[in-house]
Formats: sequence, C-alpha cells, structure tokens
Amino acid sequence: MTEYVYKKVGSIVFGVLSPMIIKKMSATKIVTPELYDKEGYPVDGGLMDVRMGVIDPGLKCKTCGGKLKECMGHFGYIELARPAIHVKYVDTVYDLLRYTCKSCGRIYADEEKIRIHKLAIEEKTKTEKYIAVKREYEEFASSLKTIKKCPYCQAKKVELKLEKPVSFYEEDQKLTPIEIKTRLEKISDADLELIGINPAFARPEWFVLTMLPVPPVTVRPSITLDTGERSEDDLTHKLSDIVRINQRLFENINAGAPEVIVEDLWELLQYHIMTYFDNDIAQVPPARHRSGQPLKTLTDRIKSKEGRFRYNLAGKRVNYAARTVISPDPKIKLGEVGIPIVVAMDLTIPETVNSWNFAKLKEYVQRGPKEYPGANYVIRPDGTKKQITDETKEQLLGELAEGFIVERHLIDGDISIFNRQPSLHRMSIMCHKVRVLPGNSFRVSPAVCFPYNADFDGDEMNLHIPQTEEARTEAEVLMSVRKHLITPKDGSNVIGCIEDAIVGCYLLTKELTLTKEEAIQLLISIGVDDSEKFSKLKDKVTGKEVFSVLLPDDFDFVGESKNDEEVIVKKGKLIEGVVDKNTIGSEGGSMIRSLYVTYKEAGFEITEKIFRLGIAVLLKNGFTTSISDTDITEKLKNEIEEILTEAEKKAKRYIKQFEDGELTPIHGRTIEETIELKIIEALTEARNDVGKLIAKSIPEKNNSALVMARSGARGKILNLAQMAGCVGQQALRGQRINTGYKKRALSMFEDNEMSPEAKGWIKNGYKRGLKPYEYFFHCLTGRDSLMDTALRTPKSGYLYRRISNALQDLRVEYDETVRDANRSIVQFKYGEDSIDVSKSENGTIDVEKIVKEVAKL
Amino acid sequence: MKEEKKDKFDITTHSLVPEHIKLTEEEKKQLLQSYNISIKQFPAISQDDAMAKKLNLKIGDVIKIVRKSPTLGQSTYYRVVIK
Repeated sequence: MTEYVYKKVGSIVFGVLSPMIIKKMSATKIVTPELYDKEGYPVDGGLMDVRMGVIDPGLKCKTCGGKLKECMGHFGYIELARPAIHVKYVDTVYDLLRYTCKSCGRIYADEEKIRIHKLAIEEKTKTEKYIAVKREYEEFASSLKTIKKCPYCQAKKVELKLEKPVSFYEEDQKLTPIEIKTRLEKISDADLELIGINPAFARPEWFVLTMLPVPPVTVRPSITLDTGERSEDDLTHKLSDIVRINQRLFENINAGAPEVIVEDLWELLQYHIMTYFDNDIAQVPPARHRSGQPLKTLTDRIKSKEGRFRYNLAGKRVNYAARTVISPDPKIKLGEVGIPIVVAMDLTIPETVNSWNFAKLKEYVQRGPKEYPGANYVIRPDGTKKQITDETKEQLLGELAEGFIVERHLIDGDISIFNRQPSLHRMSIMCHKVRVLPGNSFRVSPAVCFPYNADFDGDEMNLHIPQTEEARTEAEVLMSVRKHLITPKDGSNVIGCIEDAIVGCYLLTKELTLTKEEAIQLLISIGVDDSEKFSKLKDKVTGKEVFSVLLPDDFDFVGESKNDEEVIVKKGKLIEGVVDKNTIGSEGGSMIRSLYVTYKEAGFEITEKIFRLGIAVLLKNGFTTSISDTDITEKLKNEIEEILTEAEKKAKRYIKQFEDGELTPIHGRTIEETIELKIIEALTEARNDVGKLIAKSIPEKNNSALVMARSGARGKILNLAQMAGCVGQQALRGQRINTGYKKRALSMFEDNEMSPEAKGWIKNGYKRGLKPYEYFFHCLTGRDSLMDTALRTPKSGYLYRRISNALQDLRVEYDETVRDANRSIVQFKYGEDSIDVSKSENGTIDVEKIVKEVAKL
Repeated sequence: MKEEKKDKFDITTHSLVPEHIKLTEEEKKQLLQSYNISIKQFPAISQDDAMAKKLNLKIGDVIKIVRKSPTLGQSTYYRVVIK
C-alpha cells in the first residue's frame, strides 16, 4: 500500500520575483529569437532550448535528463538591455512614488504619525478581522498623498503624473524606468512595512523588470500541423518579439547609436513586455497575429470564463456521460429514462465476477461490445484493462474467473443521473432508472418536464452513470425522482399531471359515465388490477368512481378546484368536485401533495397512475381542438359588438369632456394622464366583459378549447376571448401606443388623435382578422416583448450566478442558526421561524389541521 | 444648524425602525456562550450607524434588535458594534 503523509498548510505567501531569484531558478539565458536550426533541432539559447524542457517525443531534457512527460520543464530568463515597468504594478509604483520623498527616499510621515499608525496596526491585528487591518494600511497610505513637504529633509514635493499605461511625468519631464527604479530602491524596508508591503517578498524595485523569466517550453507547446509545419504558441511569439527587440537594443547601445534610436527601441521593448503580460490594456493597441487576431497572452490564460479558474479548476469534465435530444414517452415510468441502444452499448458498469454472477457475466463477455447486452472491457485482478475484441475474446473467456471485473453494457434497472441545464434547483438533477429502448433520443415521462423545465422542441439532456456501489446507493437514496415530488421552495409538489393528463382526469370526474366493462378495461390498460375494488363496481360506473379506484381506502382530502368549488375525498372515494390543475397539477396540485405526504412513496405510485389514467381517458374518448371551438352564435356576436361600441362611445365621451375642459383630474395626476387612464380603464373593462360573456355563453360540451382553459391544462379564457371576440388594447410600457410619428403613431391618424383605434385598440378577434393598423400595433407589442425576454434572460442568469455563489456555503446548524463557512452567524433562527419550508404548506404550518388529524386518531 | 436638525426628528419613533436594546456585559457573555461562538462571528453594525450613535454604543457592544416579523410576529436579532 502507498503510504500517504498528511500535512496541513500553515500559510501561503504570494510575492514578487526578484531578478536574483529569476536568474537562480533559470536553466538558461535566452539570447536569440531563433527557434530551430536547419535540421529542425531547437537552437541553444533560443526560446525552444532543450534545457527548458522537451515537447518532442524522443528528445531528452538537457537539465534533468527527463523525457517528454517526465520533465515538467525549467524556466529560462531574458536579461533586458534596459529596464521596463511591469504593467500590473504601475498603480503600486505610482502610489509608492507619491508617498515617498524624491530626494531622501523617506516616507512622507513624521515620527509621531508613524508611531500612532504602528500602534493601530498592532491593536487591530489582535482584535479585528483581516479586512480592518487592510483598511488601516490603506487609510494611512492615502493620508500621505496630501503632504506637500518631506518631514525629514524638508524637500518640497514635486507633482507626479501617471500617463496611462506606464509613463510617469514630473513637471512635463518624462521619467525613465531607470530613474523610477533608483527612486524605488531608495525606500527603506522599515518604511515599506508601514504601507503594508513585506520587503522580504516584494521589494518595489522588482516592480521594474530587469530580468524577464521565460516560462518552460511545456507551458507553451508548439503544434505540428498536418502539413508538417510547426505552429508556435502565442506566448512563444510574444517572447521572440521581446528577445528580438532586446537584442537590437543591446547592439545599438554597444554601437553607441544616437539617443533617439535607443529610446524608440526602449519604448518598443516596453510595449512588447506590456502586451506579453496583458494584451488588452486600455490605450494600448493589442498585439496581433499576421492574420489580425489578437494574441492570447498570460492574462488571457487566467481570467474570465475560458480562463484557468473557471474553465479548468472550477469546471470538471467527466467520463461515463451521455447527451442527446429528449422526447416524450407517456408510457414510460416517471422514475425511468429511456436510453438509446447505442448509448447503452457505450456506457458501462463495472461488475466484479463472483460465483453467483459468473455465468451471466461470461455470457456478456461472449457477446462482446457489438451485441447487446454485452461487455466492452475486462479488468484483471492485477488491474490491467483489456478491451474485448474478436481477437482477445477467446483468451479473456478462458481466463475469466472470480475477482475479475467486467465492464458490461447498461441494462434495464441500472441507476443513472439525469440532468438538464441550467441546474437552478436540486430537482434539475435527479436519479432515474435505465430503460433501454430503440431510437436515438432519451425518452422522458412528460410528468417530470416541470421540475427539469424541459420541453421537446429540441432540448438536450445529460446522463451520468455512477460507477461505484456507494455512488449508486447515494444517487438512489438521495436523488431519485420519487424523493423529489415536493420542492424545498414552498413545500408544494413539482411532479403531477400536465396537459392532456389534466384534461383526461377533468373530463372523467366531471361528466363521463362508463359501463362496468369499459371501466375495468380502462383501469387494466393503465396497470391497475385491484380485483377487490373491481368487484364492488356497479353496472353503470361514474367517472368519479373510476378515479376513486386509484385512491387508497383510508384517504381523506378536502381541497378547492380551479373555480373555487370544493373537492372532497372521503375514505378513498371522490364524493364531490372535479379534479383539475389545482388538485392534480404539477405546480401546487394539492391532492398530489396530500397523497405524497400521507403515503410517501406509495403516493408517488398513485400520482403516476392518475397521470396514466388521464391519458388513457383521452385515448379512449378522443380529444381535439379546432377553429370551430371559437365559433359563436349570431346573437352572441351582436352582444359583443354592443359591449365594444359602448366602450368606444364611453371613450369618445371622455375625449369630448377633455376637449371641453370639463374633465376633473384624478388626485396626483395631470389631465392628460387622467384621460389616458380613463380610456384604458374603459377599454380593458370592455375586453374583460367580452371574455366573461364568452365563457358564460359557449357551452363546454364539444368545446375542447374551453375544456382546456377550465381544467387549467392549457390556455386561459382570455386566449379564447381574443380569438372569438376582441384582442383588446395593446400596451407599450404600461401606456397606449404613442410612439411612431410626431404626435401620432401612424400617418393615417390625425395629429394628437386620442381615439381608441389611433392608439393601439384592437377591436377584432384573431379569427375575424385584424385591420392593417391593428396588425401593425399588435406586431409592435409583440416585438417589444420578444426583445424584452431576449434581453432579460442573460441578465437574470448572471444575477442568479452571483446570488448562488454568495450563498453557496450557508447552512442551518443544529441550533437552528444559519451560518457561513466561517461559522459566522447570518440568521439567529432560520427564516425567523425555523420552519422547514419543504415540510410546510406554502411556508406555513397549519396547526389546526394537525390537531384535527390527531384528534381523529 | 446641525444640532437643530438632530433635534427635529427622533429616528427611534419611526415606524420602520425596530427596537434596539443594548446588552449588559453579563447578557453578552451568556449570549456568546449559548451560541458557542466568538464575538467576531456575530453580525456587525457600524459604529456610524444612526441607531448606534443614538444609543451611544462603543466598539464591541452587542445590541439586541426586536423586529416585526411577518411569520413569527416578533423576531430577535443580535449585532455587534464594529468600526
């Protein structure tokens, strides 16, 4: 066994590399921008020098002798002909230069001030959090900015200006990096500590580079293209720029070239070093490839979504996963997921051979990877993994014995984890059992669409196969679909009937009557075979009685349906009311919740049966909607017309009053606002009246659209009213449409026209068709809401990311306090009342109900 | 001028300002013990907070805040005064 040595990290110190350290840690000095010689072998002293590690198979590192993958690489260094400022430290350099005296190098603080500051630091490190100490340092430092005269040598302070990105000006005189470096060197260690800089790890003169470390070749590997050409990493490109300019600068200085040329080259060197660290600094043009795309430099490797942190360290990639399109399968169980055979033959589960499964696993190996159900790999007890192929099959079959591990294909009943992004709540990842099916998509029960927020317009979902017994058990116990019927958000259910399942149950419990044979046929078809209950059915069976067969005998329930009627279940019999979205729906279906709370996982099974019953009813009876569902009688048409003309007349009256100046404004509003409000009110009222009239007058019989709206399965009465009656007022930002031309929305209207139709009133319904201007207004608001959703989605996504990161390690402790990772208290009592919301009803606990239930026992 | 303004309105009488009570040293000790934490792990309130000024609180004092709560009627919260 490998022995592990455990050690605790005491502290980590981040510092700045000094030129000395850079030289010490380097394997070579880089002196030439050339990379390879004529034979394609790395040049000594070039950027691909073999002393800095190897990226070619076959070559050996000259420093450690390691081959590819053995040698981690070694740093090199470039000695700069002239120093250059490190861009990431300009602000610190700027501050330091302003806090210290130009001539004597002392900090602009007298002995007394320093004494007080030291005391404060000492005190705060003892009593307060790190942040308070940091603030003390910052406050001390910024107080030095205003001091005009050095308290030690009495020299006057000279105003220093920083011209971004790296130029310093003192009274219009530019300071060279050399001058800056000498000034920084003058600052004493003791003074640095006062500002919060540890001189042992960050001497300020190190912020001005004289030595540039060159990362190992392994950090910037070159790629060999198909053509045999080599393509170097962006960092190598950038470094060779630096070396080239650096060498030219050396030559020019040695040759005694004029100052202008040297300065130009120096500036260029500064630019290259700057962009080597960060390629998108403001006011600096980014360095580009010949093709024009910007180079990826050091900062780009670290920051943002594709950087090291979020991409490589926080984001993990896994094996044993699959992703495809999902499609609905009303017959599949809620806790199952249909998996294409191709996927099942690719994903495997390791199974150890023992005397009980030997024969079975041998069969799997015999069938191999191409036949289902087979196996892809065999792992010997010594850990060697063998792929099963036609060649290896015979041998593997021969040696297969107890202790071997066979990686077999997925079979029905295996555990899988199913997920749809964005994973916003815990129901976004649930455990399903595998069901291998033909086809190429994952098959999902429509009932679990709601917790995943999935639909089938092309959605894709991910599937993971846990590989160890522990992982499988954990997934099944903690994550299985049946454990997630209730959301922790407010204690209501997230799994229940949707769409046609609601309609089916609604129709069944509302109006259907079946013969005994039909009823039993229906129930058998959904997998119910309770012969005891069947025997109690009479010759004529009402839908309510059929529904009741699914309910347990001791189930009592009182709830409210969508139109505020009572739904009563007594002793497992639906006595009164009609089930609809409010009772069996997937968002706050009170009966589903009650079943689950009373019978736990058996309640889940009942939910599943209710879902299937609804669908079976529709299969038997048929259900369709068409344009004729919006047909209305001539009489009704006239009534609607009357309501609308009345409203328009009313609006006209208001306009008349307004023009005559007789309109009295509402408190706190101008007259203009008042008339707008009054017109909008009149028109909305008219539309609502039309809706009510239609809902009242159209018979539910033979009108599927109305049935859907009433049961809550899909659509609202409003949608029906918009089709059959009138679309209504189109609103933009809460107002009638008033944009477009000057003083009017469209050129066909008069200036300042206030009539309903000039400002977006659509009198017609969708079925009769819209007038051109009505259609235009409708498109206007349609476009606006489309834009709105398109812009809002990423914004709210980012907000969610921020809040989930901020709250991620808060938890409720055993003493009911909410604490963060430091065990600091956030709430003294969880939610002020310590109620576990997932066990409550909409955040409250109905004590009266509990008392009643207990009393009954 | 400033003083005058201060006298004009007493924030403690405002309906949205909950009751703030300063804890005695004894109570503070008991509280820390009951939650088994150090004073640094308490929620903080700035010394410059209007209520902290009003009650003349010093750094390290603990105040008890009795708030109205929609779920419980009344809830208590503790905060330690910091700089």
